[in-house]
Amino acid sequence: MALLEVKNLGISFGGLRAVDGLNLQIEKGTLYGLIGPNGAGKTTVFNLLTGVYKPTIGTFALDGEVLNGKSQAQINHKGIARTFQNIRLFSKMSVLDNVKVGLHNNCKYSAFAGVFRLPSYFKQEKAMNKEAMEILKVFDLDKEASVTAENLPYGKQRKLEIARALATHPKLLLLDEPAAGMNPNETEELMQTIRFVRDEFDMTILLIEHDMRLVSGICEQLTVLNFGMELAKGETSAVLNNPEVITAYLGE
Amino acid sequence: MKKSVSNLNPLTKKNFITLLICVVIFAAVQFWQASGSMGSLYQGLLVPICIYVIMAVSLNLVVGYLGELSLGHAGFMCVGAYTSSLFSIMTQSTISNSLLRFAIAILIGGIFAAIFGVIVGIPVLRLRGDYLAIVTLAFGEIIKNLMNVLYVGVDNNGIHIAIEDSTKLNIDYTNGGKIILNGPQGITGTPRDSNFIIGFILVMITLIVIMNFVNSRTGRAITAIRDNRIAAASVGINVTKYKLIAFALAAFFAGVAGALYSHNTASLSATTKNFGYMMSIMVLVYVVLGGMASLRGSVIATIILYALPEVLRQFNDDINNYRMLIYAIILIVMMLINNNDTIKNKLNQFKNNKNKSPKGKEPETVKEAEV
Amino acid sequence: MEFISYLVNGISLGSIYALIALGYTMVYGIAKMLNFAHGDVIMIGGYVVFTAMTTMGLNPWLSILIGIVFCTLLGVVIEKVAYKPLRSATSLAVLITAIGVSYFLQNLALIIFGAGGKTFTSVVNIEPVSLFGGQVTISGETIVTILVSVVLMVVLTLFVNRTKPGRAMLAVSEDKGAAQLMGVNVNRTISLTFAIGSALAAIAGVLMCSTFPSLTPYIGAMPGIRAFVAAVFGGIGSIPGAMIGGVLIGIIENLSKAYISSQMSDAIVFAVLIIVLLVKPTGIMGKKIAEKV
Repeated sequence: MALLEVKNLGISFGGLRAVDGLNLQIEKGTLYGLIGPNGAGKTTVFNLLTGVYKPTIGTFALDGEVLNGKSQAQINHKGIARTFQNIRLFSKMSVLDNVKVGLHNNCKYSAFAGVFRLPSYFKQEKAMNKEAMEILKVFDLDKEASVTAENLPYGKQRKLEIARALATHPKLLLLDEPAAGMNPNETEELMQTIRFVRDEFDMTILLIEHDMRLVSGICEQLTVLNFGMELAKGETSAVLNNPEVITAYLGE
Repeated sequence: MKKSVSNLNPLTKKNFITLLICVVIFAAVQFWQASGSMGSLYQGLLVPICIYVIMAVSLNLVVGYLGELSLGHAGFMCVGAYTSSLFSIMTQSTISNSLLRFAIAILIGGIFAAIFGVIVGIPVLRLRGDYLAIVTLAFGEIIKNLMNVLYVGVDNNGIHIAIEDSTKLNIDYTNGGKIILNGPQGITGTPRDSNFIIGFILVMITLIVIMNFVNSRTGRAITAIRDNRIAAASVGINVTKYKLIAFALAAFFAGVAGALYSHNTASLSATTKNFGYMMSIMVLVYVVLGGMASLRGSVIATIILYALPEVLRQFNDDINNYRMLIYAIILIVMMLINNNDTIKNKLNQFKNNKNKSPKGKEPETVKEAEV
Repeated sequence: MEFISYLVNGISLGSIYALIALGYTMVYGIAKMLNFAHGDVIMIGGYVVFTAMTTMGLNPWLSILIGIVFCTLLGVVIEKVAYKPLRSATSLAVLITAIGVSYFLQNLALIIFGAGGKTFTSVVNIEPVSLFGGQVTISGETIVTILVSVVLMVVLTLFVNRTKPGRAMLAVSEDKGAAQLMGVNVNRTISLTFAIGSALAAIAGVLMCSTFPSLTPYIGAMPGIRAFVAAVFGGIGSIPGAMIGGVLIGIIENLSKAYISSQMSDAIVFAVLIIVLLVKPTGIMGKKIAEKV
């Protein structure tokens, strides 16, 4: 059984069908790409899969457990984490704290223990710091741990978002245009990082991207969306050579 | 203790200094009092300052750390004041140790205020921004209004509660039955248990609890919600739950401040000035001028803004009228300076030129990030 | 019969709320901000008219005109100085600034006019009307308030829907960016909105002070907040919503004073706000706004 099973998923906004009858099966460990022209509904798919929007039709399940209808927080608990197209960091908090917020549900001391500084506070905070630093190291952010997030350069902000999502120990990681605004060198570096994350953490990754070099470079499978509907699906090279896909991208 | 001092990270060092400042101020006041040269005017300011410091520090948790504007903070203070006073009067004959009785009264004031915080918070925290602000204001006014129509009395048959009319209480006056809370006239005869030392201890407890709270897993979740609600939800934080925790904790301390207030006054009644939105706004002014999410700022701003005009008043009575006007102007100017990009950039440029330090923000990267 | 007189007085009070609520709702629709100081503009209007009419002995009509002009300018100046620099700031920052402005106006009035109440001479000199053989008496103020409000609301509706600047206001409230691209001068439109809202507040101030003659620096605050409740009730951003909401809040307030409890009318009005926001946060006539992620 696939890790993520999306069946006939759809949502309409005031009569407009932003996503219509989407089907997706993503096997564990896959690097899966979701591409399509602007306005095709890609980010809406992410918003559906993370509970920001509730689907009007269809279902999706992670590891066989149906998740539609659950809140954003619940869906994250079940193992889906994401990044955002327009970066959404905790901008006034330090880089380290951003990741520690990601680790929030992986440590369990109570507010009471926090206020009265019980031993569980010290023990778990120490463990959190250690893990957060390890995650930051993967993204080469460990030296900036105490920097306020909003003062990071753009490329590093994108990386920090991925680090934070990863800190929630997800089974499935959704990346919304991770390379947007990056120069070719940064993109190259990002591709290596994404591959590393997949191999090291045994992660399944679904990503939206416009940068075709990144898509063809790391994605093993693709779904192409156009006007909210699936246009093509399959192995990356096959999909990218599909004449319909080329038409959708380049116009008639 | 030694351990926590030895690995002071910048955050706890900052908190440590804040607490130190409070202790130094307390010690200075003690010396002043001991020297016998402290006038009654200054004596009279000590407990109110503690009350408003607790109010400001706890409101800062909601406004500065949670990022929601609550205009009903005085309402929770009102709940704490009334419930603690009722308790003290009713148990005056049974609990003879006044310190113990006051400690329980403070706890009761805080707990009832926190319960109200939860009751108010559950519907309110679903709203955002301006709506949340206006609804907290509405709740604060409702609480004040209800206190003004509430009548409570005791007699041999127990406690009687009525609304709107003292005759509905049906109190048996023959056997020492009496009205404790008399509608708009409020409560008279609360034991005057408040003093500066208790006030100071409560300030320290409030500061330490809120500092530790903010600097814990729960506090981080709350700050994360302030910075980006949707991102916080996306990493599995239950936004409503944590908002409610922050709201209830702040209400608890407002209730504590209320208990301190009601045990410092001979007759307690709820007016716009002490428990209405005017008070909530006054405390908000302390918080904003002291700096959002800066507990030290809240403490210092409250002391200065509360005490200064009272002290100046002995020289010139008109000053009190002007102080509010000046606060209003400072408030507006502060908001403009802190929130207008043009002014902010100019100030940064000015600072950078002055320091000639390369440490300033790199404008290019910041700009890029905003795109 | 009593009921009718409560109802009519409620409508009259509600008309005043409606006039104030229009200012809130238009500003909210266009600048997306809660102008907390709006209620205090009413108070300033009251004082200006009082000064012109009683202290300087001017003709009531001229005094009212001065009051309207003064408040209009005041509204525009407040917007330019305090709110315009914060267009891109968070709503929290704008709201705190607005509270600062409210605070400023109240304390300015306190310094100039003192805390003591001034007795406002009613500008209405119409005899009370008796209905049902003297069982119901309706004061001249009540009649004038209702008439003036109806006329102003009709004029405002026509202005917004039929004139170019009015349509510009609708366009800006719909989408600031798109309106700008279409050649609408956004800054001028926002100024115009503040001007109209403040002029209406001045008129509301005169009507309110004629009905309730005591004038203090704090008289604007509570009616302002109740009018905001009315604006939310009707659906913030909606002009007809503010009118309906205002009248309904006035009726609710007066009837609850008469039949439920005179001391708890504030609590009841605020309870209405809370219930509306929880049940239908967009109000009677508001539309749903989806959040972009």
